[in-house]
Amino acid sequence: MSVEHAAVEVHHKESFLTKYIFSTDHKTIARQYLITGIIWGVIGMILSWFMRLQLAYPNQPMPFLEKILGRWAEGGILKPEFYVALITMHGTIMVFFLLTAGLSGTFSNYLIPLQIGARDMAFPVLNMLSYWVFFAASVVMLISFFVQTGPAGAGWTMYPPLSAIKSAIPGADVGATLWLISMGLFIVSSLLGALNYITTTLNYRTKGMSMWRLPITVWGMFVTAILGLLSFPVLLAGAVMLIFDREFGTSFFVPGGLVVGGQPVPHEGGNPILWQHLFWFLGHPEVYIVLLPAVSLVGEILATNARKPLFAYKVSVGALIGIGALSMIVWGHHMYVSGMNPILGEVFVITTLAISFPTAILIFNYLVTIWRGNLRLTPGMLFALGFLGLFIPGALTGAFLATAPVDIQLHDTYFVVAHFHFTMATAAAFGMFAGVYHWFPKMFGRMMNDKLGKIHFWGTFIGVYLIFFPMFFQGIAGVPRRYYSFTEYNFTSQFVGLNKFITIAAFVAGATQLIFLFNFFWSMFKGPKADKNPWKANTLEWQTDSPPPHGNWGPELPVVYRGPYEYSVPGAEEDYIPQTVPIKVEAK
Amino acid sequence: MIKKSVSLLLLALVVSLSFGQNATLKGVVKFKGEAPKPRLISMKADRQCDAMHGGKPVEAEDVVVNQNGTLKWVFVYVKEGVKGKYNPPAEPVVLDQQGCWYHPHVFGIMVGQKLEVRNSDPLLHNIHAMPKKNKPFNIGQPVKGMKSYYTFTVPEVMVPFKCDVHPWMSAYAGVLDHPFFSVTGDKGEFEIKNLPPGTYTIEAWHAKLGTQVQTITVKAGETKTIEFTFERKK
Amino acid sequence: MSEKQSKFHGLLFLFFFITGMILSVWVVLRNGWWLPELASDRETIDKIFVTIFIIAGILFILSELSLSFFVLKYSGDPNRRAFYLPGNTKKEILWSILPGTLVVIILEISAEFLGGASLWGRIYGEVPKDAFLVEITGEQFAWNVRYPGPDGKFGKTDPKLISTDNPLGIDISDEAAKDDIVFPAGQGILYLPLNRPVVFLIRSKDVIHSPYLPNFRVKQDAVPGMTTRTWFVPKKEGEFELACAELCGLGHYRMKLPVVVEPAEKVEEWLREQTPAADLYY
Repeated sequence: MSVEHAAVEVHHKESFLTKYIFSTDHKTIARQYLITGIIWGVIGMILSWFMRLQLAYPNQPMPFLEKILGRWAEGGILKPEFYVALITMHGTIMVFFLLTAGLSGTFSNYLIPLQIGARDMAFPVLNMLSYWVFFAASVVMLISFFVQTGPAGAGWTMYPPLSAIKSAIPGADVGATLWLISMGLFIVSSLLGALNYITTTLNYRTKGMSMWRLPITVWGMFVTAILGLLSFPVLLAGAVMLIFDREFGTSFFVPGGLVVGGQPVPHEGGNPILWQHLFWFLGHPEVYIVLLPAVSLVGEILATNARKPLFAYKVSVGALIGIGALSMIVWGHHMYVSGMNPILGEVFVITTLAISFPTAILIFNYLVTIWRGNLRLTPGMLFALGFLGLFIPGALTGAFLATAPVDIQLHDTYFVVAHFHFTMATAAAFGMFAGVYHWFPKMFGRMMNDKLGKIHFWGTFIGVYLIFFPMFFQGIAGVPRRYYSFTEYNFTSQFVGLNKFITIAAFVAGATQLIFLFNFFWSMFKGPKADKNPWKANTLEWQTDSPPPHGNWGPELPVVYRGPYEYSVPGAEEDYIPQTVPIKVEAK
Repeated sequence: MIKKSVSLLLLALVVSLSFGQNATLKGVVKFKGEAPKPRLISMKADRQCDAMHGGKPVEAEDVVVNQNGTLKWVFVYVKEGVKGKYNPPAEPVVLDQQGCWYHPHVFGIMVGQKLEVRNSDPLLHNIHAMPKKNKPFNIGQPVKGMKSYYTFTVPEVMVPFKCDVHPWMSAYAGVLDHPFFSVTGDKGEFEIKNLPPGTYTIEAWHAKLGTQVQTITVKAGETKTIEFTFERKK
Repeated sequence: MSEKQSKFHGLLFLFFFITGMILSVWVVLRNGWWLPELASDRETIDKIFVTIFIIAGILFILSELSLSFFVLKYSGDPNRRAFYLPGNTKKEILWSILPGTLVVIILEISAEFLGGASLWGRIYGEVPKDAFLVEITGEQFAWNVRYPGPDGKFGKTDPKLISTDNPLGIDISDEAAKDDIVFPAGQGILYLPLNRPVVFLIRSKDVIHSPYLPNFRVKQDAVPGMTTRTWFVPKKEGEFELACAELCGLGHYRMKLPVVVEPAEKVEEWLREQTPAADLYY
């Protein structure tokens, strides 16, 4: 009775609206992010199917497409301008809405307060605002699909002048304005989130939770938040400038003397490369904003399920910080052939190769973590292992692209497409899947189905390889990316057959996600009830109820006595020692 | 049944004749001076287009002087003086893309009338219209046989069309809210029928040689003949 | 560990990677999917590419196989305990840093010391004096080609002069412009001399394009408002393709320019037959 009373005092009772919709509870907000992210993931995947259909069957009418897409596929032929819109929206949605908001939004929100022993975020209302601003960004982005000229279509990088001059492509019309507004909102949402994550991590750690006792996940989210805070504002500035160029006649990015569609363009004195610097100043850290949360979730899951301490924890944390810091000074490797000063190019080669140092350390530490472990192969663990399996080729192929002369040949080819899909896209998605399977019992108080999870893993893992591995060879042979059809050049037309294969793989791998969706929503209501600590894990969130109550803990905050990875300690009774267990117990 | 319809038709004919005391305006557009050498378009860089013309260059239609010294591709229309409202015809105007070329080069269309843009080539064309008053559009037609439809909402003389894939392709549409327009052909002739009696400003427009204006008055049932003469600028 | 874990996943990992590697090698060799035939003097790019390919290939095989092997070998068993290895001692920390250092050193060596840096410096450094100049200007969705004519100098251009007759806006009052040879977008193919340095001056009329010649290992963005440059020596006769590598709109996928490499004398002779700008733009 007194316990109830104390909890009520801290966090009073809520109505339906404040509990599920305008909730300030970090756990509800995390779930809101997760479900919104999943919806975006499904949309992004469907967009990729349209692209794959076009690439597999170029110039062949597919009447069912007209039924779905209307004027964008008159006569069953996908329009090239819509294809460009598809690549743009697929990229934007997957990178920002799924793998930034969906991933960071879910797990930073869910895990930071729980793993550091806090009752909620430092600024719960700001946290709620962060989600609802993201929601507004989502709505704006969704609306852009239904405007007359279609959604934004200038690539997810939105290079001006293509994105700045409305008559240059239909996707540079209203769709691009909506894209910029949506991204503006999105950035505001990320900044609100990042502020919260940083403040909470620094100030709301419970007694005994020193920085060196933080689980690697919290470190990952923390570094991610700092990166976001430093780099997102730059894109916001760029987006505002681009809106001004488009709507109010300024010329930040558009030089004078241009002629589009036979008509002169009334701009003067801008520089398109400026946008590229601003974009990639966020764009490259963004890769790590996507990747670091995934990497850190994977580290946590590997250690828990290998029943082994995360190997060289401090070095790994250092590597995370190192990756974060270096990621701010490598953006130029996207611009070797952009017309940027070539001496600058040389500098970026060195910084880019330097970033492989912390990355290699991290991967090596993870491999050593599972070496001589006692692996429990849950779906979450399989996805964490799958993350390594995908990240390795992704990271290694980065070495080709980092080397400026080789990048002359490979830049903007399918090699790049394959590279970033392995290294950040599917790898981060695997990190996210791993996280969902692993923390689902805590989030929803129920277990997901193990068998379905494993089928989902294998379908996805093999599917990803079948889809993206062949693209390395398309890229080596020189096929440029963002091509509507491979039929126009001798050096690309040899791959029309291979494209059919990739498309089939994409549909099979995509269909496998239905298993996940079913498992996720079915288990949410019908799965077997979860224990407090089904994985026998050490970190704090597993020491409270599943799902944790509003306010997370009982009347007393947990107290931390040890690091997060004391698994299989020789002499200990069990193969895990939660962080809340006082040292003296171990001593006996 | 047949009888009935025949008599109805006759009746309609009589009615239209008795009310149709409208004037006809016709004439030719002459070209003064030496005909310029036509600009030659070689389609070398697009092997498919080039093959359709047997590897030979094609003469541009900027300034086409006919054998009889008249000028082709002049848009002659009533600029001012039209009263009343005219509904657009149901059948569309066709702009065909064939042999990496627009057919026709110049045409008139009414506000609200359908424009059918057709791709008769087995390759990508895009129709990039850059009107100032109407909404611009830019649409790709990647395969043969594709058709796209547009309607214009306000009168505009002229709306330029360009294919960005084949930058030499150009066409012009005169968009009007009445049907009183004509385009000169191989004989340099134009004819505007059914013009109600009144005073009108007639303009002749040419893509390269500019415009010329005449004011005329037509009486009921009259057939009036006028003439425009264009000269090379510079 | 409450229940014994199945060996299935480890076996499947191993099976997947081993068969996958063998199959990929077989398919790739069978179809000859590799870098397009080299036709320029930039063989250094291929050399670095192959070096990194071998190193990365070995690292890929080693790490994926050890990952798979670990999953198989260390799948959970209730009767066993994991090996406690926190990695806190100096020696262990050293061990964790060592492989990363090695990787970086190997990559740096292959990237920088196999001639990468010097090639980069050469491409963007001084242009040979006797080079063959050609200016390519992108516009949606074709390439304008301009040769400087006998004087070896390009005439001035002014965007205000751009029209259908004068797609590059050449200022014909400029002496250097009179002998320029211009092929408006889509109306000419690119002739290049064999074994002679070719300098591309690259411009754009509207959005960013990027002339990409896969066989020559050449790619350089065409940025509106500025002129970028690259140079190389064609080493093989024949017809090649120039593609656009930077998304430029709906026709990006077929913004093509045929490239023909012929002996230098033949190209010179062909150039002499062309009509200079002075006779076209009066």
